[in-house]
Amino acid sequence: MVKFEVHDLNVWFEKAQALKNVNIEVRQNEILSIIGPSNSGKTTFIRMLNRLNELNPHFRMSGIVELDRLNIRNTDVEALRKRVGMVFALPLPLPLSIYENIAYGIRMHGLKNKAKIGQIVERSLKQSYLWDEVKDRLDESAFKLSGGQQQRLCISRTLAVAPEVILFDEPCSGLDPISTAKVEEAMLELKKEYTIVLVTNNVKQAARVGDRTAFFLSGELIEIDTTDRIFTVPKDQRTDGYIRGRFG
Amino acid sequence: MRNTKRTQKIAFFLMLLATLLIVVPVGMIVVIIVQKGLPAINWQFLSDIPRQGMRTGGIFPAIIGTIYLVLGAIVFALPIGLLAVIYLSEYSRDNFLTRIIRLAIVNLSGVPSVVYGLFGLALFVVFFKFGASILSGSLTLGIMILPIIITTSREALESVPQSFREVSLSLGASKWQTIRHIVLPNAIPGILTGTILGLGRAAGETAPILFTVAAFYLPQLPKSIFDQAMALPYHLYVISTQVPNVDEKVRYGTALVLLVLVLFMNLVAIIIRYRFRKKKKW
Amino acid sequence: MRKLKEFIIEKLILVCGLAAIFFVVLIFLFLLKEGLALFKSVNPFAFIFGKSWYPISEPAQLGIMPLILGSLLVTLGAAIISIPIGVACAVYISEVAPSKTKEILKSGIELLAAIPSVVLGFIGMVTLVPWVKSVFHLPTGLTALSGSIMLAFMAMPTIVSVAEDALYSVPKNYKEGAFALGATHWQTIYRVMLPAASSGIVAAVMLGIGRVIGETMAVMMITGNSAIIPHSILQPVRTLTATIAAEMGEAVVGSEHYFALFAIGIVLFVISFIINVTADLFLHKRQ
Repeated sequence: MVKFEVHDLNVWFEKAQALKNVNIEVRQNEILSIIGPSNSGKTTFIRMLNRLNELNPHFRMSGIVELDRLNIRNTDVEALRKRVGMVFALPLPLPLSIYENIAYGIRMHGLKNKAKIGQIVERSLKQSYLWDEVKDRLDESAFKLSGGQQQRLCISRTLAVAPEVILFDEPCSGLDPISTAKVEEAMLELKKEYTIVLVTNNVKQAARVGDRTAFFLSGELIEIDTTDRIFTVPKDQRTDGYIRGRFG
Repeated sequence: MRNTKRTQKIAFFLMLLATLLIVVPVGMIVVIIVQKGLPAINWQFLSDIPRQGMRTGGIFPAIIGTIYLVLGAIVFALPIGLLAVIYLSEYSRDNFLTRIIRLAIVNLSGVPSVVYGLFGLALFVVFFKFGASILSGSLTLGIMILPIIITTSREALESVPQSFREVSLSLGASKWQTIRHIVLPNAIPGILTGTILGLGRAAGETAPILFTVAAFYLPQLPKSIFDQAMALPYHLYVISTQVPNVDEKVRYGTALVLLVLVLFMNLVAIIIRYRFRKKKKW
Repeated sequence: MRKLKEFIIEKLILVCGLAAIFFVVLIFLFLLKEGLALFKSVNPFAFIFGKSWYPISEPAQLGIMPLILGSLLVTLGAAIISIPIGVACAVYISEVAPSKTKEILKSGIELLAAIPSVVLGFIGMVTLVPWVKSVFHLPTGLTALSGSIMLAFMAMPTIVSVAEDALYSVPKNYKEGAFALGATHWQTIYRVMLPAASSGIVAAVMLGIGRVIGETMAVMMITGNSAIIPHSILQPVRTLTATIAAEMGEAVVGSEHYFALFAIGIVLFVISFIINVTADLFLHKRQ
C-alpha cells in the first residue's frame, strides 16, 4: 500500500531550485532510505512531507504531494504533522523536563487526563529503549541526558503523538557508533507499526536498515530501488560512484 | 623597539586616565548623594506631606505619584508592547512595511524625552481631554518606554532558537501553542529585564511629565487617575530651582530617594538577567 | 473550539501590533498638526533664522536661531569632551582592562546611564556650577560650559557601550594576525582594531550626540536659560529642549507661542531622526 505519492515536485528557495521534478512513492511499513551528498535536496524533500519548508518565507513549490491519496496542501497542517512525525539531525530536546518533553505533543493536542498522559509517556520511552535509563529521573531537565539518550528521547516524543509516518533527518549524524546502533535497532522495531523515511549521510546505515533506497543528486532523484539492488546493481553511474565513495 | 614600548605605556596610561575620569565622578556622585541625603531620611520624611512651601515635611505624595505613574505606564505599555513584538517577530513577514516599522522603532527610541512630553500634551491632555492627570502622564511615559520594551523583547524572542519552534510545530502544535508554551516561557526573563529597565527610565524622567501630569505642589494624595499628582523627579527639580531657601538636606534626601528607587529597579533587572544566564540550557 | 480561540488570539496580536504602530503614527501626526499650525502666521524661514526669541512680548518674536545656536554650542562642547574620553574608555575596557576590572568598570558605566538626568542636573548645580564660577571668575556659573561638561558626562555611557560592542565584534583573527606579525598590543589596537571597528565607533559617537541634543532637565538646570545668541562658551545659553520644558507650562493652548513650541519639537524630532538613521546605517554597515 502506498502512503505518500509525490508527483512532479519542484521546490525553490528564492531563486535557487532545491528539488527538480521529483516523482517518488513511500510505501506503508517500509523504511525508505534517502542518500546523497550534502545539498542534494534530501532534507528539503522530507521537510516537504510534513510541510515544514513552509516556515521559510522564500519557499515556493509546484507539483503535488499526497498522503493516503489526499493532497497535503489541502489538509489541516497541524493534523498532518500529527500524522507525520519528525526526528531532527541533532538531538533537540525542548527546554523542559524529560517527562514534559514526551507529554508536550499530546498535551498540545488537547489530552488532559494525567493517568493517560503518564501511560503514553511510559510506553513511548519503552519503544525507544530509554525507559530503563530514565524512569527514576523523569523530572530532570532533558538537557542532562547524553547525546544518544537525547536523540532517543526525541524519537519517543515523536512516537507519543501516535504518528503514521516518521521522518528521520540524519538522526545519527552527531552520535557515536554505540548510540547509532541503538537508534537503528529502534528504527527496525518501529517499522512494524510505522512507515519510516530516513535521510542519511551514512551510506552504510542506508544499507543496514533501508528496505528501499533513493539516491538524490543536485535536487534530482537519480535512482530508487530496493536497497539490495541499489547496492549491488545500480543502474546509474553516479549512484555507483556515490555508494563506492568516489564523491560526496 | 623601546620606543614602541614607551608609546604603548603612555597610550595605556591615557586610556586608564580617561576611564577613571568617567568612573570616579560616578562614584563621587553616588557617595555625595548618600552622604548628604542620608541624614534627611527618616520615617517622617518618607511618610509626610511637604510642608511650609516644600521647605520641610516629607515627600510622600511625590513617592506615591511616581509609583502610580510607573504602574500606569507598565499596565499600558507591557501588553501592547508584548503583543506588538510577538506580531513583529513571529507573525510578520519580512517585507517593506515590516522594515519601515523596525526603522520607526529604532527612531522612536532616540526621540528626545521632552518631545514625548509634547506628544502627550497634544494627544492626551488636549485632544482626548484627559487634562493634566495621572492617566495622561502614564500614557505618555508608557509610549516613551514602548520602544525599549519592544527592542529588548524582540531580542529575547529571537534568542529562543528557531529549532525549538520547528520541533514544536513538527509535533503538530499550532503556531500560537508554540509561542505560548515554548517561545514565551524562554523569553520571559529577557522581556522582564527590558521592561524593568524601561520602568527605571520612566521613574526618573521629568520632561515627559512636565505638562502631562506633574503638580508643582499638591499636599494630598491623588484620588483617581484623572487627578494631577506630584512626582519625585519633578519635585526634585522644583525644590532645587523654583523654591528659594530649601534646606540642602531636603534636596539631597529627595535626590537619594529617587536614586535608590531607580537603581533598585536596575538592580532587579541585572539580577534577573544574571540568574537567567546561569540557568540557560542551550 | 481550540481553533476559534486561537483565531481570536492571533487577530488580537495582529490588532495590537498594528495599534502600536498606528499609535506612533498618530502621535507624529499630532506633533505635525500642532507645530505646522504656526506657519499659518509665521514664515518658516523667519522662524528658523530669526535672531530673537521673545514669545510673550507684543507682537511676539519667534526666531529660534539663539536656541539652535545654544543647543549647538552646548552639544559641540560636550562632543569635544566626551568623544576622546568615551572612545579611550571603550578601548581600555574592551582591550586593556583585566576581566575582573572590566566587569566593575562596566557596571560603573551602567550605573551612570541609570542615574536620572534631574539628579545629575541637581548635582551639577551644587558642585559643577560653583566650580566653573570660581575658576573662570564669572558672575554666574550657569554657562554653556557647565552644560557641556554635564552633558559630556551623560553622553559617555552611550558612547562607551556602543563603541565597546563594536570593538568586541571585530573578528578575533584580525587581532591574532596582527600579533602574529609581531605588532605590540597598542599597535594592534591602533592599526587594526580601531579601523576595523570604525563604523561602529562613528555610530556610537552619533548616538551619544543624539542623547546630548535631546537632553532636557540637566541643561535646563545648569545652562542659565538665557535666549540670546551666545558669543562665548562662558555665557548662559538656552537650548531647544530647555525652551520647550521651561515655557510650555505657561503657553496658552492654541496660542502662537504654544504652536511655536511644537514647531521646536518638530525641529528636534527631525534632528534626532537624521542622527538615528545615520547611526543605524553605520551600525549595519559593520555587519
